[in-house]
Amino acid sequence: MNVANPEGYTTPDGRRIGGVLMEMKNITLRFGGVNAITNISFDIRDGEIRAIIGPNGAGKSSMLNVISGFYVPQEGEVWFKGYKRGPMKPYQVARLGIARTFQNIALFDGMSVLDNIMTGRLTMMKSGLLGQAIWWGGAQREETENREKVEKIIDFLEIQNIRKTPVGRLPYGLKKRVELARALAAEPKLLLLDEPMAGMNVEEKEDMSRFILDVNDEFGTTIALIEHDMGVVMDLSDRVVVMDYGKKIGDGTPDEVRNNQDVIDAYLGVSHD
Amino acid sequence: MPDQLLYAMEAGLNGLMAGVMYALVALGFVLIFKASGIFNYAQGVLALFAALTLVGLQDGQVPFAHLINAVFGTDLHSFGWTLPAVVAIALAAGVMVLLAVVIEKLVLQHLVNQAPIILFMATIGMAYFLEGLGDLMWGADIKKLDIGLPQGINETIDTLTYNAFGYGFFIDNLDIVATVVAAVLVISLTLFSQYTKYGRALRAVADDHQAALSVGISLRFIWVLVWSIAGIVALVAGIMWGSKSGVQFSLSLIALKALPVLMLGGFTSIPGAIVGGLIIGMGEKLFEFWIGPMIGGATENWFAYVLALVFLVFRPQGLFGEKIIERV
Ligand SMILES: Nc1ncnc2c1ncn2[C@@H]1O[C@H](COP(=O)(O)OP(=O)(O)OP(=O)(O)O)[C@@H](O)[C@H]1O
Ligand SMILES: [Mg+2]
Repeated sequence: MNVANPEGYTTPDGRRIGGVLMEMKNITLRFGGVNAITNISFDIRDGEIRAIIGPNGAGKSSMLNVISGFYVPQEGEVWFKGYKRGPMKPYQVARLGIARTFQNIALFDGMSVLDNIMTGRLTMMKSGLLGQAIWWGGAQREETENREKVEKIIDFLEIQNIRKTPVGRLPYGLKKRVELARALAAEPKLLLLDEPMAGMNVEEKEDMSRFILDVNDEFGTTIALIEHDMGVVMDLSDRVVVMDYGKKIGDGTPDEVRNNQDVIDAYLGVSHD
Repeated sequence: MPDQLLYAMEAGLNGLMAGVMYALVALGFVLIFKASGIFNYAQGVLALFAALTLVGLQDGQVPFAHLINAVFGTDLHSFGWTLPAVVAIALAAGVMVLLAVVIEKLVLQHLVNQAPIILFMATIGMAYFLEGLGDLMWGADIKKLDIGLPQGINETIDTLTYNAFGYGFFIDNLDIVATVVAAVLVISLTLFSQYTKYGRALRAVADDHQAALSVGISLRFIWVLVWSIAGIVALVAGIMWGSKSGVQFSLSLIALKALPVLMLGGFTSIPGAIVGGLIIGMGEKLFEFWIGPMIGGATENWFAYVLALVFLVFRPQGLFGEKIIERV
């Protein structure tokens, strides 16, 4: 397998990975004096599961926030589907087909699971304000169609029994699953997951891993995920970016990264001098 | 039935209907506070401005006539038409939506992520600005607002109660209309927010800004939407109050009555605003009726605030607000 081939490559388990979908070029992001990201470049290929790993504070979430438009880097370019992206608000990025979940879970606690997931479809709904306000036929049909799509996702993630529950009352693991469901509802081209398995027990992690693989497999969704559990990363991802102190210290297949001396040092806490 | 009780019932009913008016104003506050965490000091002035605009449009007044005449030496006052009430209301609603767009563009947009106190101060500024703008556009004189709503004693209720109790209740037709209109308004708002995608977006923003952004909701659009809705609610409140007591500056002070309503009902609860309004409206009339004469009357000026204060001590989150538990 030649992961550098611009046409794409075939994974050991036979999945076809396409050309570059998203490319980050020389991204630098600063907060005051802190360099959260220093001159990092990498790409994400169509259909790939791409992991971003690194110790705490390495700048992983910051990178995801740059991709999703929550942070604006001081330097560098973001390319998506072959076009350079201008400065964009998060909601505009979402409308491009990039959905995400958050490290600290950002759900609408007061709303039911169903309503939460329905918000994921807002970008897909076209009917205008007036039509919605007066509840004309078109708006109603649209609502029904979207509802059907959402029910499919609910079945897919096996959360039928909590559909009407207010999200605020759910345990942590289920909240993470609902957040994934909401992101999937947007039928994203690229799905960004910030530590989707943090704080889960072994069984929940296995479920979540299975869902991520199924999403990638069945919908062809490209996925970029941040994860601390090395076992999970090695199992799921096609390629891995390793960050440490805002810098990229490794990039390649799980095997390549695992044998990279810089990465080993960073994880063993070898001092930086 | 003893006379005293009948009088009290009448006072209570009238109080309930006054409460509807309070609730209408409180509703405007709640909508904006829920969606953006802004305590909109200008809500009362918004009602005044809406009512002024409505009267001005209906009577064909030339906006800024005073200013234009002073600058150009002209003598403009009126276009010389009278618009049908429905048309004037629709146009006034349009002006309120336009105002929402302008407020978002000129003020809110530049204050994103500022502390709530800064936003609050901005709305104080807006209140004085709008008050001045209303004066300048339509003149400072007291205006009569008449869109043809029925007024005066409701004969049916009078007759019915007379036949039943031997004492006819005085219930104003205007209050009945206001109650019906308020009910329709609240029901439509609820349906809109529960069953349409914009309503869902509105609730999403009210719940979590960050998450709302991530699903592609434009906050700026939502601000315009809530301020438009709050502006239209203010228009309805302005029509009801204006029909009752004329359109004048004091109309903007009804906002002060909304404060105790909010303390009672909680700043984020629409049912709270309604129930709070009703409790305050009925409470102050009954208190004035029973206790007022013993302590020299005029209790309506302060009763609402004292009630709210007592309430604050025992239930600071309001009737329907969620209990705030500090994480330690
Ligand atoms: N909004 C912000 N304002 C200021 N500093 C920030 C902000 N977001 C991130 N940082 C800083 O940027 C650096 C990288 O943080 P980031 O959250 O990206 O790390 P991370 O790799 O996701 O860590 P973790 O594994 O703990 O989630 C940290 O020093 C952090 O304090
Ligand atoms: Mg992080």
